[in-house]
Amino acid sequence: MLELITTRHNPMVDPALHVWGWEIPVYLFLGGWVAGCMVLAGWLMWRGRAPGERSVAYALPWIGIVLLSLGMGALFLDLEHKLYVWRMYLTLQPTSPMSWGGWILILVYPFLALGAFASIPVHWLSRWPSLAAFSHRLREPNRLRWLGAASIAVGIALGIYTGILLSSLGARPLWASAVLGPLFLVSGLSTGAAFAHMIAGDRAEQSMLLHADIVFLMVELALIALFLIGHLTSGAQHANAARLLLGGPYTAVFWVLVVGLGIMVPLVIQSLMAAHRVQHTIIAPLLVMIGGLALRFVIVSAGQASHWITP
Amino acid sequence: MARFGMVIDTRKCVGCMDCVVACKTENDVPDGHCRDWISQRLQGTMPDLRLTITSERCNHCDQPPCVSCCPTGASHVHDFGKVVLVEHGKCIGCKACLAACPYDARFVHPDGYADKCTFCIHRVEKGLDPACVAVCPTHSMYFGDLDDPESEVSRLIASRRHFVLKPDAGTKPRIFYLE
Repeated sequence: MLELITTRHNPMVDPALHVWGWEIPVYLFLGGWVAGCMVLAGWLMWRGRAPGERSVAYALPWIGIVLLSLGMGALFLDLEHKLYVWRMYLTLQPTSPMSWGGWILILVYPFLALGAFASIPVHWLSRWPSLAAFSHRLREPNRLRWLGAASIAVGIALGIYTGILLSSLGARPLWASAVLGPLFLVSGLSTGAAFAHMIAGDRAEQSMLLHADIVFLMVELALIALFLIGHLTSGAQHANAARLLLGGPYTAVFWVLVVGLGIMVPLVIQSLMAAHRVQHTIIAPLLVMIGGLALRFVIVSAGQASHWITP
Repeated sequence: MARFGMVIDTRKCVGCMDCVVACKTENDVPDGHCRDWISQRLQGTMPDLRLTITSERCNHCDQPPCVSCCPTGASHVHDFGKVVLVEHGKCIGCKACLAACPYDARFVHPDGYADKCTFCIHRVEKGLDPACVAVCPTHSMYFGDLDDPESEVSRLIASRRHFVLKPDAGTKPRIFYLE
């Protein structure tokens, strides 16, 4: 029996490379989406959109709470020692982006909750005078502007952290790129903007979000190009890692789902929508969201397949 | 303060896997997992071939990425001998350390925490060698303080050609293989 075990676990035969399954990409996608919702809602609040104006600025925080809770649920499912999760919150490990992330998630909820709370009409709170008074104070234009600014800052931290989380794990060369943080942030912004213009009721706001998403998609394309160029012009293990997406086993799903259907096609459709050549459709934003999810799946899976080539 | 390391003579190692069996027995490693393993690398072109056998495990790196990425501090460098250990009660099983280790030296124990070689610290604290070193039938493995220039491991590293695994991963591993 021992001989069977020892030979089977020779790492040249059976290395434990894929340690993360579907839960982590789903969490990273939902986290990025929430980051996008926070930044865009924050931007609209900063621009002076008030509650009661049918602005998505006050719908996005509600959706953010639901999405983030789902994402944290996925994260929890991934943990192998689930009952010890509270250990995350007894310490802050400065060198561990996962530790920062745990605390950023704690910061995100109060800001989402404040945004959501501001959307509740004050007269609904008449039975709770102290809540009504708080809502009244929160709705002062200056306070909403500052809530918007804080939401933008926390949203950016959340979006970037989801990328840095992977890039700090240097044993997987595909993830060892400083571009991953900005790429995941912009992908999250793009997902958030696509979703926001899909549900926006106000025409002017919808148009602004549509234009913003077009910019985000173009920046995302540029960052993907930089990500690949950075790897190809680096050492052999990085170039090999990039080849997983350039001729390797992840090529089809990356170029078809992420770049083609997730960025290029919606970019064309949304550009036509912005030019009023086609009617507003939910197909383009849905494709953007599918592309964002596929990006996380491809990067997480291909990253775990990349490895150091020296023995 | 000691800084423990290991030296393994690839000219003496025959790949018998006694070290693997001893580790499983000593540390009650669960079925389906191993804290150490044997790798064989065949290099060259027929008929000029060279077979290198290496007994591998956690390298207890001087710059351990598994420690720096750990969100709870469960993965830590122990004061005694700078050995890299996992505190089971702090580990949440997030697997960041598994993803960060270039040597794939870690696994998830069936009880949920990350597990790996401890350099048999429970034996070393009593003045014994790690189990794998103690049982090696060809005496190819040496264990000691790398910071002590008079230790056997330091003298072997100083006097013999040697290599470490994946040096360009930048983790400064503390297991040295004699050529």
